[in-house]
Amino acid sequence: MSSGLTHLEALEAEAIHIMREVASELESPVLLFSGGKDSAVLLRLAEKAFRPGPLPFPLMHVDTGHNFAEVLSFRDRRVAELGERLIVASVQEAIDRGVVEDPGAGGSRNRLQSRVLLDAIEEHGFDAAFGGARRDEERARAKERVFSFRDQTGGWNPEDQRPELWNLYNGRVAPGEHVRVFPLSNWTELDVWQYIGQERIELPSIYFAHERVVVRRDGMLLAAEGEFGPIEGEDAFETSVRYRTVGDMAVTGGVASTAVTLEAVVAEIAATRVTERGETRADDRTSDAAMEERKREGYF
Amino acid sequence: MPVATTNGHAVTPALGTSELLRVVTAGSVDDGKSTLIGRLLLDSKQILEDQLAAVERTTLEQGGAEGLNLALLTDGLRAERERGITIDVAYRYFATPRRRFVLADTPGHVEYTRNMVTGASRSDVSIVLVDARAGVVEQSRRHASISALLRIPHVVLCVNKMDLVGFDRAVFERVAEEFTGLATRLGVEDVTAIPISALLGDNVVEPSPSMPWFTGSPLLRHLEDIELIPEGRTGGARLPVQWVLPTAGGPEERCYAGQVSGGVLRPGDDVSVLPSGESGRITRIETFDGELDEAAAPRAVTVHLTGGLHAVRGDMIVAAAEPPALTTELEATLCWMSEEPLVPGDGLLLKHTTRTVRARVGELRFRLDNDSLEHEPAPPRLTLNDLAGVRIAVDEPLALDPYRDNRVTGSFILIDEATNATVAGGMVDAALAVGG
Repeated sequence: MSSGLTHLEALEAEAIHIMREVASELESPVLLFSGGKDSAVLLRLAEKAFRPGPLPFPLMHVDTGHNFAEVLSFRDRRVAELGERLIVASVQEAIDRGVVEDPGAGGSRNRLQSRVLLDAIEEHGFDAAFGGARRDEERARAKERVFSFRDQTGGWNPEDQRPELWNLYNGRVAPGEHVRVFPLSNWTELDVWQYIGQERIELPSIYFAHERVVVRRDGMLLAAEGEFGPIEGEDAFETSVRYRTVGDMAVTGGVASTAVTLEAVVAEIAATRVTERGETRADDRTSDAAMEERKREGYF
Repeated sequence: MPVATTNGHAVTPALGTSELLRVVTAGSVDDGKSTLIGRLLLDSKQILEDQLAAVERTTLEQGGAEGLNLALLTDGLRAERERGITIDVAYRYFATPRRRFVLADTPGHVEYTRNMVTGASRSDVSIVLVDARAGVVEQSRRHASISALLRIPHVVLCVNKMDLVGFDRAVFERVAEEFTGLATRLGVEDVTAIPISALLGDNVVEPSPSMPWFTGSPLLRHLEDIELIPEGRTGGARLPVQWVLPTAGGPEERCYAGQVSGGVLRPGDDVSVLPSGESGRITRIETFDGELDEAAAPRAVTVHLTGGLHAVRGDMIVAAAEPPALTTELEATLCWMSEEPLVPGDGLLLKHTTRTVRARVGELRFRLDNDSLEHEPAPPRLTLNDLAGVRIAVDEPLALDPYRDNRVTGSFILIDEATNATVAGGMVDAALAVGG
């Protein structure tokens, strides 16, 4: 609706409205905070919605154990600065307990996150979980509601979504069910970066160009360190990269870049000719419907 | 970085500030809607190389010889591809240096009305697609009706497939005239007709060399140029209270957070809190980023009120001089969205702004013909996709504006308490039994 607001102001107002609705109407929400750029934006929006009060929900990280060290230290520092509570749901612990199966050294643990997330939601009795997903990311997401209702198994049923009219959100859930809420639904990758620039939101250093030892695999530059070393026939080499997304190290690729400032990164993003997930997420390139399949299983 | 196309029209994403415009498209597969959206995205440089490569691959697999199958760019879920239908509203995003567009792409099959109402509820502009060969058909009338009913201020008629009628001006003018007359009678404020070929790109982003007789703007330029009616700035100030916050002022002090839903709020304004009716003044308007001199819809703000004036979630802070009606009985137009029919007397939950109350749908007053909005005798029950005038009683007073005056404080949803499903969208026609 026309308002005289800039598009970022309008998107911000929409996201704040969504967060306040969830906090008001659901018993026990949680905000998923990975330390990635989208969750850093979510955290800023939560501050805008609830300060000077405390955030009316804890933060939670579903930790694959395949983290970039820079992201974990950023996560812990931000949580301490904000004085909020962080819950860590560990994929490694779930593997150790035999709840999920280890894909083996260097294998992606992205898919295991769904089970660990659902178990944590159940254990803590959460009935709403904020996520930073955007509809521009992927075609299954383009059809997902802002309030994405999940059944008792955590699955998404795209054929049975609640109509979302005006700014009236229906967050009612039955016991054992929960709703995933995406305040950034209508944002694009470029909006997120512009907002980070406008708000001077701090990000983990890996979003900016840095020297890193990598291997080239499936056209992506994957970090080559620890268990993610070169496999047969690959050569590790050092080059200047930055990351566009932050996920499981095993499948998150870097982009060759020398952009060390936010302005330079935003300029590169605006000029890029490949999607975020296509360029840097090996798991979404495996099939046409990769994301849709994972969402039906309870993934974000 | 901005790249100019051949005619100098810069179309890469805006890096500066721009305005958000919400658009809904309506049409069936045969009208070429998917092709049009694919064309808009492609020609406005929103399609990136990996997406394009995937479409090229699939076009070849499907034996497509002539270039790209643009419709594949908006291809949806696996279930939809397998069944060759569109299930749901899909949202698309594109930008020019001047505007950022949120496009709600609604399907054209039988569940059409529910989906279009959903997509239309927040839109500033509705794009209606008509096949030039078929002219205005039943579905075009329905698109115009829903646009009018939901009070979308701007409707754009795209007369598509002009290439298949030899780019004939007379064909375009005949369709445009019929549709414009119809939409105007339905109450649409602004109708613009554009002859296009989504397949070939004529008048989508670039002007058409084949239709020099058309002097208007191509679709994308028109979407950039539409002068938005500043919605909600006129009329009384409305702030539904969403969340109550502590303040730095003292342990008993509170302030009230919400999204401005009408008019303009300013410090010093005389306001009432509904439903209590207590009055006082706004002392301060804040956001996380600092104080504001004024706040208009849809800004999310926190307001401080003069001492002694209290509110809770579900209350509405309103301009004292221009309050909405406070009522427990209303007349409304419903779009019924559930497979389960509505029978008069059914009890439901009604969510209006931030307030949820128990409601009983009493009399069904009339049904609206989906294609003409003409009144028909009330059916005994409402079924999926029915539009109908009803009378509703609620157990606690609501602060209501007619939908024609305010799309936020004049709208509501109905929720089935047993299933938690959203079963209807409603627009307030009139408040009855006015109290307060």
